[in-house]
Amino acid sequence: MNHDAYDDNYIRSILNSVKSIAMVGASPVNVRPSYFAFKYLAQRGYDMIPVNPGHVGKTLMGKPFVASLADIGRPIDMIDIFRNSSHIMPVVEEALKLSPLPKVIWMQLGARDDAAAEKAEAAGLKVVMNRCPKIEYGRLSSEISWMGVNSRTLSAKRAPIPTQGMRLSLNRTSFGGGQTAASDRAAKNKTETS
Amino acid sequence: MTDRLPGFSTLAVHAGAQPDPTTGARATPIYQTTSFVFNDADHAASLFGLQAFGNIYTRIGNPTNAVLEERVAALEGGTAGLAVASGHAAQLVVLQQLMKPGDEVIAARKLYGGSINQFTHAFKAFGWNVAWADPDEVSTFEQAVTPHTKAIFIESIANPAGSITDIEAIAAVARKAGVPLIVDNTLASPYLIKPIDHGADIVVHSATKFLGGHGNSLGGIIVDAGTFDWSKDNKYPMLSEPRPEYHGIRIQETFGNFAFAIACRVLGLRDLGPALSPFNAFMILTGIETLPLRMQKHCDNAKAVAEFLSGHPAVSAVNYAGLPSDRYNNLQRKYAPKGAGAVFTFSLKGGYDAGVNLVSNLKLFSHLANVGDTRSLVIHPASTTHSQLDDAAKVKSGAAPDVVRLSIGIEDKEDLIADLDQALRA
Repeated sequence: MNHDAYDDNYIRSILNSVKSIAMVGASPVNVRPSYFAFKYLAQRGYDMIPVNPGHVGKTLMGKPFVASLADIGRPIDMIDIFRNSSHIMPVVEEALKLSPLPKVIWMQLGARDDAAAEKAEAAGLKVVMNRCPKIEYGRLSSEISWMGVNSRTLSAKRAPIPTQGMRLSLNRTSFGGGQTAASDRAAKNKTETS
Repeated sequence: MTDRLPGFSTLAVHAGAQPDPTTGARATPIYQTTSFVFNDADHAASLFGLQAFGNIYTRIGNPTNAVLEERVAALEGGTAGLAVASGHAAQLVVLQQLMKPGDEVIAARKLYGGSINQFTHAFKAFGWNVAWADPDEVSTFEQAVTPHTKAIFIESIANPAGSITDIEAIAAVARKAGVPLIVDNTLASPYLIKPIDHGADIVVHSATKFLGGHGNSLGGIIVDAGTFDWSKDNKYPMLSEPRPEYHGIRIQETFGNFAFAIACRVLGLRDLGPALSPFNAFMILTGIETLPLRMQKHCDNAKAVAEFLSGHPAVSAVNYAGLPSDRYNNLQRKYAPKGAGAVFTFSLKGGYDAGVNLVSNLKLFSHLANVGDTRSLVIHPASTTHSQLDDAAKVKSGAAPDVVRLSIGIEDKEDLIADLDQALRA
């Protein structure tokens, strides 16, 4: 599995199939990227669970924080890890002890641990690294186009106006794979030199 | 649902534009409004806090402008775009994200005369210093690098003589220096050259020229290549450090590989104010739909005119990279194989006076200070666009007193040649 660039169909199949997402490292502080992503994914209809031992007793968008993945107590489809690359492995090891296993491990923008990814893939999980699910959802639905971002999708179909809790169609015509070529190459070079 | 890469012409028509969600309008509507209502207080707070995608106020973003932004980003192969009021505004907004007082930008000496003025005078007043380098001698860029260098700025096809810049060689200097390469791609347009494929980190345009293409609307575009790591050191705090304007958000951490375009929007455009009118965005978008057709015709006409002039007895020299004898012909075949653009210069045996006479004798060419119009244009740079430079600087920037600049339009080439012939004989 090439983790430098993802085929849009790979990302699309994940975002179209998962329903519950546990966000490890979710923050209640409203300027943190994890807060942005949590709120957006909740608004797009995902069943979000905030995981952060430092905030147990509080809630995020009405959802109570839990201390660990084991504390969730019900099956979850995807684990979105908002931790630095050096803190990924323990989360993946914890995830692989869950029963039933989650279907997807997603590491946030800037986070990458190839050994952890290999472990999860060996257990049959899908892995995404160094991406943001909010950005990918906004891109594949073209909602992110409001910000002048190159969604790398085309459509001659009329899109609905998004409302609260509404899932958007991600099935537009893609071009150029998961990322544009130049930014992919730059990310790959950064990985190799760091 | 395939990952088949559409061609340039398909992107020129479709990228960024889909039928309007409300009305189903197929052409991109002109959202001529200052502001957009919020769903509720939380929605408003989310938008102001950069948490949600959406519209607030046209100085920060507008749905018509957003289509233009995505379209040019797609054509250039970048991650995101930002539309602004003019090419000059694009340069101002880009450098505001990178420069503090005392910092330096290394700029190619061969630039549009207006850019030379902007860098030399307006930016100097901000404490932004410019070090000039010779795009024909890459070593001069290397020599100009100092600890204060924050960016390198070049034109892909350089004003006024249409010379071709060795983008990859200068990109290598920028990478070594750890600074972004900014390429003004106005005269090439992405149809001829895609600077990001050659190592550019940021592309800017005067969309007033070939992108819009009809000489009717000012505009500027910034494209983020998504290639530069703004957080690898503390050189670019606008992108890497918590921003007090947004309660401590770090722009790159939050927006990843389109962070630079977001910084230009929420720190640059929001606070400096050079927003593009949605009407102009619509005009430029309409122009871009025919960019591939126009650009090829511009190039084909320009080559025919350059060939005619190079055999004319009143002409002492023609600077057109598309001519096999031109010093930039090798670079043109590498970087712009479809054509050498439509802006070039030639020199008259009769010197300054012959230049002034030629301009007044032409009947079809319009005498004005623009390029990249459907109409053919002519100007005498020494007495107009480059008149504020001293004589030595005029020569160095390719605007010597005997030089005339043409911007070849999309008329029939036979008519352009006939007009030049009668004016040169008059």
